[in-house]
Amino acid sequence: MAEAQSGYYVPHGSHWPIIGSVGLSSGVIGAAGYLQGMDWGVYVMAIGIAITLYMVFGWFGTVIRESVAGYYNDKVDLSFRWGMIWFIFSEVMFFAAFFGALFYARVLSVPWLSGEDPLTSRYIWDGIMLNWPTAGPGNAALEFEPMGAWPLPTINTLILLTSGLTITIAHHALKAAERVKLVVFMWATVLLGLVFLSFQAYEYYEAYAHLNLTLGTGIYGSTFFMLTGFHGMHVMLGTIMLIVITLRCMAGHFSADNHFGFEAVAWYWHFVDVVWLGLYVFVYII
Amino acid sequence: MTATTHEVGHHDEPTGFTRWLFTTNHKDIGTLYLLFSLTMFFVGGAMAMVIRAELFQPGLQVVDPYFFNQMTTMHALVMIFGAVMPAFVGLANWMIPLMVGGPDMALPRMNNWSFWILPFAFAILLSTLFMPGGAPAGGWTLYPPLVLQMGTAFPFVIFAIHLMGISSIMGAINVIATIFNMRAPTMTLMKMPLFVWTWLITAYLLIAVMPVLAGAVTMLLTDQYFGTSFFNAAGGGDPVMFQHIFWFFGHPEVYIMILPAFGIVSQIIPTFARKPLFGYASMVYATASIAFLSFIVWAHHMFTVGMPLAGELFFMYATMLIAVPTGVKVFNWVATMWRGAMTFETPMLFALAFVVLFTIGGFSGLMLAIAPADFQYHDTYFVVAHFHYVLVTGAVFAIIAGVYYWLPKWTGHMYSEALGKAHFWLSTIFVNVLFFPQHFLGLAGMPRRIPDYAVQFTDWNMISSIGGFGFGLSQLLFLYLIIQSIRGTRNATAQVWEGAKGLEWEVPSPAPHHTFDTPPVVK
Repeated sequence: MAEAQSGYYVPHGSHWPIIGSVGLSSGVIGAAGYLQGMDWGVYVMAIGIAITLYMVFGWFGTVIRESVAGYYNDKVDLSFRWGMIWFIFSEVMFFAAFFGALFYARVLSVPWLSGEDPLTSRYIWDGIMLNWPTAGPGNAALEFEPMGAWPLPTINTLILLTSGLTITIAHHALKAAERVKLVVFMWATVLLGLVFLSFQAYEYYEAYAHLNLTLGTGIYGSTFFMLTGFHGMHVMLGTIMLIVITLRCMAGHFSADNHFGFEAVAWYWHFVDVVWLGLYVFVYII
Repeated sequence: MTATTHEVGHHDEPTGFTRWLFTTNHKDIGTLYLLFSLTMFFVGGAMAMVIRAELFQPGLQVVDPYFFNQMTTMHALVMIFGAVMPAFVGLANWMIPLMVGGPDMALPRMNNWSFWILPFAFAILLSTLFMPGGAPAGGWTLYPPLVLQMGTAFPFVIFAIHLMGISSIMGAINVIATIFNMRAPTMTLMKMPLFVWTWLITAYLLIAVMPVLAGAVTMLLTDQYFGTSFFNAAGGGDPVMFQHIFWFFGHPEVYIMILPAFGIVSQIIPTFARKPLFGYASMVYATASIAFLSFIVWAHHMFTVGMPLAGELFFMYATMLIAVPTGVKVFNWVATMWRGAMTFETPMLFALAFVVLFTIGGFSGLMLAIAPADFQYHDTYFVVAHFHYVLVTGAVFAIIAGVYYWLPKWTGHMYSEALGKAHFWLSTIFVNVLFFPQHFLGLAGMPRRIPDYAVQFTDWNMISSIGGFGFGLSQLLFLYLIIQSIRGTRNATAQVWEGAKGLEWEVPSPAPHHTFDTPPVVK
């Protein structure tokens, strides 16, 4: 039984966190074992992922039930908001590390190797000239084509921007209590997310099959795939979140003035959108 | 209400093992963090004893050099991520809701998770000691390409760091939500105790840099297993780039380990000087300035690595700028004591030692900030002496001071003041015997992270080792006093200390399981 203290809901013990810890740690132990070529690695990792998923469903399920039962007052709602905002900020900083790597390589280390800093180039790779995109001095014989901004990435940009629009229309519909419009535009947003992901998958296929562009294509391949790959994982996660929220919209969990779950996912979706704009400019165009 | 009956299905206080496993109570979680931190303090301390035993005399006698390197690396990782950071989070958990008059932390279930990730992460990290190739041995900074030569342990270490990062980020988010949302209505921001302020700023540092560390170690992982070239010059990458990304995390990280210490000392000195803190607002602004500066000084860890001259100069001047807000703080602590009715109980003694000894660490930091001089000091024992003055006599002394200060509030019992003072004098004397000679060793050219050394360094190393063993043994007294306070008989009053002011001293000792169900009024 939960207890409310001065209106603020403080749950009275929960077994989900410890299940989450077991899930996460067995997941990473399995992954590490797998990377080191142990036979058990992949099984332990699968078990860890299964436990973690069980935790996610159970934990969120509990929160949804509590929310629907009306345990959460405005103050709890505000705690969730602070939590989500700063979680998204931490995600921004995670991407910042990879953007930092891209900028450092393009602006500093590759030009230094190419003779902008005479000592570096003389002692490390005398006479090498590298132009971005590059696979590095050790891969001079490697032929590859960079990923252009046209057509797929540009279309994907329009898709994500449109999805930002559709989710906003859905939000307004929710506030105006127009259930049908809300659900239609939520599914439209989900669909746009899925189309984005399929185009992204096709782009990767193209890169590997026809452009000879892989994770091993030096610093260009590394930054290209890690930035777009982590972004794609976030789009995937965002799409799953959108699906859950859409189903909750259909189940009538949200009211015009009480729908933090919806807003949190909308914020997350906008974050994914903004990161993509950064990618589009710095990875594809410039 | 039946929807949640599968949580914990009773009204009275939970007991037994599951109480600690499932708890969402900020005091229980604070206790867990503090006990975990104490355990890691002794684990990391044992590793330090191995290091000092090997360095007692020149030559190789106690352990083989490869194991020695594992000890230096693991000692750092355990002390930073296992002892100091969780100790501060534990103090935040216990004290912030009490200090701001809130019923609990803002996100209680996530609070439990932040803690319960840590024992798993450290089980993984410590298990690497028994893996083929041993634990990480290339330094806690994990520089490539050396770190990529680690044995089986490599991915386990990377993932353990990921888990610690997840724990820290969740803990920080919780602190921010608690401070902004759980304050009593009359507790305005500029009335908050300084410990709360320093933790708020620390939480922002954590959220900003722990993900960057996660990114850096992820790049190490993909360089090793997935063919990327982030840190490989042959692929157009740069190993120095790792150092930049790492220290973009690493420098704010050292302030993460000292800002809450400033907060603790700013609570203790006014209590025992029986005067309000001098320059409260300037303390808040100084803390924020230090936090801001921490983001633009990272490359002072890398002066010798090769950087454009403009970079060397920028990072040198930016680093020296930190002395200004830090000087404001030291001045304010001293001014608080000026003409105060001072008494010298154990927490105050540790806080005073903090002010003096942390300042010594600050001065050696200023010496290291001078880029041309740093070319001489870099990677010597001078650096080791510097960061142990700020981390041991700084962060750890503040944590010990905080524990002695709030322990009666947690347990409801006093500890022996005489033994507390004995612990203080033993610790303070031995810690200086331990670390002060390392300045001389470093200036004379002894390199760090080396198990053997030239014979002219013998005398100071022996003295340093004797100080180390003494300091290590003295901490058993700390353990004894904590147990004494938990099992004690001398009951503490609600206020505990005559001059103590603040909401945490208005609830009984020990603080009841639930406090401030109705918000208090702050004058």
